[in-house]
Amino acid sequence: MTLDELRGSVAIVGIGQAGLGEARGRTEMEILAEAACKAVADAGLTMQDIDGIATASVGATMWPLPVAEYLGIRPKSVDGTMLGGSSFVTHMMSAALALHAGLCNAVLVCYGSTQRTSTIGRKEIAQMRPLVDPQPYEYPYQPAMPVTAYALAAARHMHQYGTTREQLAEVAVAARKWAQLNPEAMMRDPLTIADVLGARMVADPLGVRDCCLVTDGAGAYVMVRADRARDLAQKPVFMLGNASATWHRQISAMPDLTQTAALESGQRAFAMAGLGPADMDVVELYDAFTINPILFLEDLGFCAKGEGGAYVAGGAIAPGGRLPVNTNGGGLSCVHPGMYGMFITIEAVRQLRGDCGARQVAGAQTALVHGNGGTLAGQATAVLGTEATL
Amino acid sequence: MEGTDMTFSETGPGLVYREALEAGRFQIQHCKNCGRHVFYPRVLCNHCGATALEWVVASGRATVYSTTVVRRKPDAGGDINIVLVDLEEGVRMMSRVEGLAPEQVRIGMAVTARIVADAGQPLVVFVAAQEAP
Repeated sequence: MTLDELRGSVAIVGIGQAGLGEARGRTEMEILAEAACKAVADAGLTMQDIDGIATASVGATMWPLPVAEYLGIRPKSVDGTMLGGSSFVTHMMSAALALHAGLCNAVLVCYGSTQRTSTIGRKEIAQMRPLVDPQPYEYPYQPAMPVTAYALAAARHMHQYGTTREQLAEVAVAARKWAQLNPEAMMRDPLTIADVLGARMVADPLGVRDCCLVTDGAGAYVMVRADRARDLAQKPVFMLGNASATWHRQISAMPDLTQTAALESGQRAFAMAGLGPADMDVVELYDAFTINPILFLEDLGFCAKGEGGAYVAGGAIAPGGRLPVNTNGGGLSCVHPGMYGMFITIEAVRQLRGDCGARQVAGAQTALVHGNGGTLAGQATAVLGTEATL
Repeated sequence: MEGTDMTFSETGPGLVYREALEAGRFQIQHCKNCGRHVFYPRVLCNHCGATALEWVVASGRATVYSTTVVRRKPDAGGDINIVLVDLEEGVRMMSRVEGLAPEQVRIGMAVTARIVADAGQPLVVFVAAQEAP
């Protein structure tokens, strides 16, 4: 098998979301299962048709086991790869390989988190992390992860390339303008550059409006081989390219804070797809912090290194701008349940189905999904397309 | 032959590093195969994969690569500085710069290492180079 053969050979045929925003009274497993049921039904399948699974949890290391148990399935292919928030973009490739090899016929990729409303939320997990995931050369300095890592990257980008806080704020304002077109988005109030600059500082140069939301939420998608996809309920969205790359775990081990491994994942995903940045109709970038889309637009080749700040200025990635980026409102204004890679994937599928209502990018045939994990560490890029792109 | 000796020390490099700090020495590793330095302490060289690492005392001279101020409420300890510094030997580490207000730390600033006691553990921090004794 070659990557050429894999291109377009599998498709996302079902999507589902649950518990977006606040899911008070429900557990993360319960909303995950709701999203899974919706995704399977959306595909026109039943849960008993699912014979492959991929999932990851911020807390539980053996997470695929309880998920399969809860859903009542006996998967022939299991992937619990955990690269942080990008995991669900990475899972797309292992699902494609498993489907292509005939290990299984329908893979469910799923995630849920109740970090906002659960009694064991983000704060408790942050307290546990040094014990279960030791980083003895960083934690003694009390770096308040992950925001400190992104602040260090933003500060370096500003120093090296003259990027400004106003340009960072453009990313948050653009996300908010998209969110105002999305009834599912959590934050839809007007937001100005001045609001972002005047917000409480968290880790310089990042203020609270430079940081993603802390929400609950679950999402799921179903993948099958392309031949079968055409017989199912929804317009298939084909995987044209997918690649993951990781160069570090700790921010102190990142070779160049202005250069992420998205450079590598993007090049490999585009090469597999036979497409490039100029071919992308819609772009979904994991915006954990406002510096992220700037870094990823550069690393993925939408602009030269160092020019990301200028690229996003003047509403360029907002509705009506030169490139539609983060059309659901992003992690900054729509939803961010700890690991957001699932939700950029779902938004790309919706755009390619043409189901996005007021925020629909007219005639979108191709979408770029770029997931980020940990502290700019786990990078995963997917290129998706409609039947017309095969 | 270099690189084929798979005899490892009974004491892991992490403990060797901490014990040296406790004795007042900030030491890092140097790879006898590729000649580059290694930090944090490892069993193998992250540049070339060789296991022929030796300990050397760090110069302590470094430059601030990036800096931030983590904003915290006074009852949570107040604002603190976090930096990444590039040691003269070519390796990077997380630390903080002491002796200055957190927001006065600048990228490109020359700094010098000091070992301090932090929560009962020895920790490498930095001070502005001109203020070093």
